[in-house]
Amino acid sequence: MPDARPMTLFSMTERAMSAQMVRMNAATSNLANAGSLASSEAEAYRPIRAVFTAELDRATGLSGVRSDGLVRSDIAPTKRYEPGHPLADADGNVWEAPVDESAEMVEIMESARQYQNMVQALQTAKQLMLETLRSK
Amino acid sequence: MSEPLFGIHGAALELRSKRMGVLASNIANAATPGFKARDIDFNAALGARLERGREGGLSGAGDMHTVYRVPTMPSLDGNTVELGREQIAFAENALAYSATLSFVQGKVNTITRALTGE
Repeated sequence: MPDARPMTLFSMTERAMSAQMVRMNAATSNLANAGSLASSEAEAYRPIRAVFTAELDRATGLSGVRSDGLVRSDIAPTKRYEPGHPLADADGNVWEAPVDESAEMVEIMESARQYQNMVQALQTAKQLMLETLRSK
Repeated sequence: MSEPLFGIHGAALELRSKRMGVLASNIANAATPGFKARDIDFNAALGARLERGREGGLSGAGDMHTVYRVPTMPSLDGNTVELGREQIAFAENALAYSATLSFVQGKVNTITRALTGE
């Protein structure tokens, strides 16, 4: 997805923040679906992860982040024998989404920290730019 | 060629601004697998720029003396960004930018006073 405009510090930060938002949304979806049951292995929810790639702008030397869509991980759902459950199949099994809650929480925390980091860096850079502009 | 108005500070300010962008890129890519953190070798880049200026060349784009960071401990996904190091480098660079900027402002003030003749 080539952009006609040259990358600036602002557009780079904007993209990095959007990428972190995609990542955080993916982790939140996983958390929301933790413990959800399905009646077959194929139907069960599988955790999703955002995949990041760097995009280098050769003219300015900046490299932003692009999130290349979401990837569904292929962890096998947990099979549980629960014949009384309304979703149970003919053999009395239900399939539980294989979501690791603590891993998702760590993912959200890391994402939030990196988002904050980006905001701080942009604030500092913006303040320096303003100082330069206002000098006379 | 005569001495430029701002001495080395004009070139230094521009390089500091470029380095700020490179360091911000590192921070932005802290979670990108396989990303290699970069930095500008400030001394080498400034030296090259001044050399070019002395030869009378244009001080435009040229070799940026970009170097890759050597990670203290390599991570499994091939990413070489270490947030602590990047934050410190960014802070140091921001401070140096401020210092250079005040040198430039001082020079401007000096000339303004000379012109107005106070």
